[in-house]
Parts: sequence; C-alpha cells; structure tokens
Amino acid sequence: MIPTLFWTDGLFFLVLAMAGALVLVMRRREHFRRPWRTVSRSTPAMVSLVVIAVYLAVGIVDSVHFFPRADAAGSAAGANEPISLLDHWLGGLRTRTEKTYSEPFAAYAYAKEHLPTADGGQRWDYPRLTYGGAHLVDPESERVRDIAVTGVRGAGQGGLMWLIAAAGIAALIARSRREPIGRVVHRVARGQTPLPWRAMLLTLLLLCVGGGAIAEWSAHYHVFGTDKVGADVLYQTIKSIRTGLLIGTLTTFVTLPLALVLGLAAGYFRGWADDLIQYLYTTLNSIPHVLLIAAAILLTQVYMAKHEEAFASLALRADLRLLFLCLILGLTNWTGLCRLLRAETLKLRELEYVQAARALGVRDHGILLRHILPNVFHIVLISVVLDFSGLVLAEAVLSYINIGVDPTTESWGNMINSARLELAREPPVWWSLAAAFVFMFTLVLAANLFADAVRDALDPRRAE
Amino acid sequence: MSAYLIRRLLYAVPLLLGVNILTFLLFFVVNTPDDMARMQLGQKRVGPEAIRDWKHERGYDLPLLWNEGAEGTAQVTETIFYQKSVGLFLFRFGRSDQGRDIGADIRTRMWPSLAIATPSLVLGVAVNVSLALLVVLFRLTYLEFWGMALCVALMSVSSLFYIIGGQYLFGKLLQLVPISGYDGGRDAWRFLILPLTISVISGIGSGVRWYRTLFLDEVEKDYVRTARAKGLGELRVLFTHVLRNALIPILTGIVVLLPLLFTGSLLNESFFAIPGLGSYTIDAIQQQDFAIVRSMVYLGSTLYILGLLLTDISYTLVDPRVRLH
Repeated sequence: MIPTLFWTDGLFFLVLAMAGALVLVMRRREHFRRPWRTVSRSTPAMVSLVVIAVYLAVGIVDSVHFFPRADAAGSAAGANEPISLLDHWLGGLRTRTEKTYSEPFAAYAYAKEHLPTADGGQRWDYPRLTYGGAHLVDPESERVRDIAVTGVRGAGQGGLMWLIAAAGIAALIARSRREPIGRVVHRVARGQTPLPWRAMLLTLLLLCVGGGAIAEWSAHYHVFGTDKVGADVLYQTIKSIRTGLLIGTLTTFVTLPLALVLGLAAGYFRGWADDLIQYLYTTLNSIPHVLLIAAAILLTQVYMAKHEEAFASLALRADLRLLFLCLILGLTNWTGLCRLLRAETLKLRELEYVQAARALGVRDHGILLRHILPNVFHIVLISVVLDFSGLVLAEAVLSYINIGVDPTTESWGNMINSARLELAREPPVWWSLAAAFVFMFTLVLAANLFADAVRDALDPRRAE
Repeated sequence: MSAYLIRRLLYAVPLLLGVNILTFLLFFVVNTPDDMARMQLGQKRVGPEAIRDWKHERGYDLPLLWNEGAEGTAQVTETIFYQKSVGLFLFRFGRSDQGRDIGADIRTRMWPSLAIATPSLVLGVAVNVSLALLVVLFRLTYLEFWGMALCVALMSVSSLFYIIGGQYLFGKLLQLVPISGYDGGRDAWRFLILPLTISVISGIGSGVRWYRTLFLDEVEKDYVRTARAKGLGELRVLFTHVLRNALIPILTGIVVLLPLLFTGSLLNESFFAIPGLGSYTIDAIQQQDFAIVRSMVYLGSTLYILGLLLTDISYTLVDPRVRLH
C-alpha cells in the first residue's frame, strides 16, 4: 500500500482544516458564539448537521487514496489505479459486477437469455445473477424471507452500534455538566436539553438502522440494482458523495479570496478602484454562466488533449478536471458575494469607529483587517453556506450538458445523465435515478435547512 | 431622464467591449485555432495540410490582432479579431464551424424559445406571487410552517428530476401529452403545455420563498396597519396594498429576465426537443462548435445588459419617487 494524494484530496483536507481552525477562533469570540448558539438550539439545523456529518465522513474516507499493491511504481499504467479507503472497505461492491441491468434485490437478470437446460437443449429465460442472491438455492421461495431476515439482522447491528454511540454521548454530557448519567438520559429522552439531543440521536438511530440494513443486504444483493454495464448502483451513489462535497466546498478557494479582496477594496478605497472592480464584475456577470463554464471546460479539454503526457493516468485526469470545474464555478460565483461585501464596506467605512481609527493614524490595511473584515465576516459565512446546495445541484445540470465532471468520475449528474433515457425502456429502469435522487435530495435538503438556520442566526437584520 | 439613459447606454459600450475581448481571449488566444482544428478533425493522424485547410475554410488562418503582410487598413481588418469579434458588435455572427449561417439560425430559433419562455415566466410569477401571498396570509400558523417546509423540499430537488419525472408521469404513464417535440402551427400548445407546467412547478420552491420575504418586509409597515385599522379585510390588504408596494423588488427580478427570454431555457428545450436557442446552445457545446458558443455568449451578454437598463427605466414607472439623474 503506497498512499497517494490527489490534488482535490489535499485541497479538501485543507478546507476541512481551515473550517476547523475557524471554529476554534469563533469559539473564543462572544459575538460569534451567540449566533452559533442560536443555530445549535434549532432542531432542523442540528438534525441536518448530523446528516451532513455522515456525508462528510463518507467524503473524507473516500478522499484517502492509495495504490493497492506495493509494486505500484513498477506496474503498467492503468493496471494499478489508485483506490480510496472507501473503495477498499466497499471492495465487494466495486468488484461484484453483473452483465447488465438488474433490479434492486433481484436474483434474476433484467433481460432473457438462451440458457442451456439439463438435457442439452436451450430455453429462453431470465438467467440467475452472478452475485445478486447467488447464495439462494431457490430464489422464488426463499428470497423475500431472506431479505427480511438479513434486513432485520443488519438493522439490529446498526441499532447496537447506535446504543453504544448514544451511551457514549450521554456519558460525555453527564461528565461535562457534572450530573448523574441517569438524569441526563431522562432529560434527553424528554427533550429537555438545550441542544436538541433527542432529535439528533433519533436521526442517528435512523441512519444507523438504515445503514446497517443496507450494509448487510449489500453483501448478498444489489440494493439499488445494477446499471447498464452491470456495476452496482449503490456503490456509484456512495462514491458520488465525494464529488458533490468537493464541488460545494473547493469552489470557495476561488470565491472567497476574489470576493473578499476585491469587495473590500472597492468599498473602502472607492474612486477608480471601485469603478474598475465594478466594471469587472458587471462584465463577468453579464456573460451567461453556463456558457462561460462551457467555454472554460472546452478549453481545459483542449489543453489536456494537447498535453497528454502530463495527465498520464485516467484517475489523475479525472481529478484535475474536477478541480478545474471547481475553480471555474468559483470564477463565475464570486461576483454576488463581492457586491454584498462592497456595499457593506461602503457603509462601515463611514462609521465613527472607523473614522476614529483613521484619525488616530491607523493604516489602511490595519483598518481593513482589524475593523472592517471582522464586521463583514458574517456575510461571508452566510454566503458560503447558502451557496453550497446550489453548487451541488449545478453539478448535475452541468454533467447533463457534458460540461461537468469527467465521465469516468462517479457523480449524481453522471448517474442521472446516463440513466435518463432508461425510463423509456420496458420495464422502465428506474433504480439509478431513484438512488441518485435519494442521496442527492438528502444532502441538498440538509444543506438548505442548515443554511437557513445559519442565515437567520447570523444576519443581524433577521435576528430577533 | 434622457441624459441618464444616454449615459447608461454609453456605459454599456465598455461592458460589451469587455465581454468581446474576454471571449476573444478565451476562444482564440488561450485556445488557438490550431487546437480547435485538431479537436474537430480528431486528435490523431491529422496532417498539417488538413489543419491548414480547416482553418482557411473558416477564416481562422489570419493573424490574431495585426496583419504584417497586408497594406494600409487591411493590416487591422485582415485579422481574426476584426473579422470574428468586431462583427459581433453589429450582430454579424458569421458562419458556424459546420458552415451554417448563425444569424439566420438565431432568427428562426428564437421564436420557439419565446413561445415557451414567455408563458413560463408570466405563469411562474403569477403562481409564485399568489402562493407567497397566501403563505403570508396564514402567517404564524401551521399552514405557514408546513408550506415553507414543502418549499425547502421542492427547492432541494434537482431540476433534472422535475423534467424526467414529469415526462415519465404525464407523457409515458398517463399518455396525456407527447413526451417531447415541437410543432409551429396551431398544435403547438400540445407540445408546450408539459414543459410549461414543469418549469412552473420546479420554480415554486425558491420563488415562493423569495416573494414571501419581500411581502414580510412590507407587512409590518405603518400603512398596512392603517389599512387594517380602517377595517379592510386581510385579503384586500395583502392583494392590493402589500402587493403594490412590493412591486419594485418583484419588477427588478423580472425585467432583467425579459430580454433573456429570447435565449430560452437550456434544460427544458433540450429535454423536450424544442428547436429554440437553448437547445441550439447545448448542441453547439456538445459538438464543440466554438463559433456558435462565441455568438451566444455575446448575444446573452447584450440581452442581459439591456435587461439592466430596462430595470432602471421600470423603476421610474412603478415608483414616482424614483428619479433617474
């Protein structure tokens, strides 16, 4: 095992580290702690946070890449592509591919075939799947019972894990509040804690039970069926989580510096700097974003085709295209935040405390960093959180127009794109779309609910 | 007023120039005509002659900005920038990389786009505004809470699912309307009704939420309290007093979109096979026809800038307090 770090992996961990650092900084400032306390008391926000945390955990595990064999350097390119820790754990799902479509929980294939019979002839029937339900002797009679039994077993294991986690959390609360654990459990159960622990733990229970059942099922069945080339749909949709999270987070690497520097400069210095920056973002804004993204992606493709030797491995090429997409989305996305920051800075620079600082001889960059930046920071936070869900949705649309992530990258957009014509089949192949819908909807809904709570708490015009 | 308009029109010139230069840089400098030729003709086994011919047919074999070999004004005019980019200012779009006349294509394709985008916008705004007013009417009740929850849920569904689901439900299962296609004549409504419905439904989530915040800003103001105090019913207060005063932000959102109705909706048109400008653009992107993409970028930007201008003018029409200087 030789660990390797993709560009997007590194940047994703950097984002997480910066978010962590930000949390530490904000914990020490009362004016930030107060709004966040409001967020932490909101049930929808905290339930969403549990869901987002689970997605994030999957994304992180999927971002630790390594070459599976030690002779990585020596082997031929392509034969030994790097895989992630998640691939390693889900190894079975990745490799257990059927011939073509199969329904969720199916034991038989989607299409009929000529099958050899015992007496040497042939019959026209549905063949058994290679992996799905292969442990059953007679699927007709055993399958439903087996699914139920496996599901209950998996749910039970998930529930057990949840019990351990819940007990641990209760013990932690009891220790930090110096109360007997019995009373803590009692209060959590009645929903009397300041943080909505009851709702959060119930969400976790749901996720644990559901996850446990799916995990147990997926050892013997294709829970979301298989796609055209027989690949497991559950595996694809889990892998898409990382792509969605990356698109939503890495974009900030471009948006934040551009919007902060230009927005503050335009509002604070005014004059020609303001004119120039306003001109810049009006021009960018007036170009239809889809077309700008399309143009940029076409250019990247041309560039990659020209410098083929620099993008030797398929995985590397797909990874860089994902990175470029994030950067390009960032380039089209910074203008809105920049305009907000400019307007707020224009207001702040006339306030007495800024005037006083200027009268005392504080330099411009000092005023900007110490007096203006902290006071516009809530706008930045709100905008980053609000943009996230929009970016996840945008990925799907862009992939449909073929200007999204690389076709080899697993993403919800690619899943929808390749499955959209399959509803027209008879019987319709609905499971790819269903899987993408469930996983994408959950993430976007959680992100939207969380963003609403953050905005309500941090925006001074909305608070109280 | 007219002085203001003239100034705004003049301000549009540097903007358009900026867009033009940006597209020129993107399409000809970063990505040279040689690359385009290789992309179009296939990467491998392309001889220099084939590339030269391809470039010559499309007029991409000229120098970028300054023609050393020419005489007099031809030094400026015999260049890619003059031939390909300056023409855009006069809406001379030239020929696509496949040799079609882009200007003629745009003129025929903008009508289907208008036919679908205009009713979508009008109906969408009407539905969203009415629903938002109803939500405000029932504010601080369970109806509002669940209405808003439903909006967040609707907002969290990708627009692709609305289209795919709508086509499957109405087109395939219920067989009410054709799944896709277009007809210019009297039968056009049969093809338009499904994309229309879907675009309205997919916009409800974010639309209602947006209009609701606008109305909530107004609903606590003094004039509303006065209207209630003199005994007007809540419905009357909302639909006449509040709605009229919230018109300014509503208009800003709509007027800027008006010129863009010409370019249509990318997703709807391509899913429903409507031969409008939206599907034209998507096809161009998928065939990597840079000439069309460039023209559409320029057209879209021009219309957007026009929309900004119209927004300013519409302010003065709805709100007599606004004076443009």
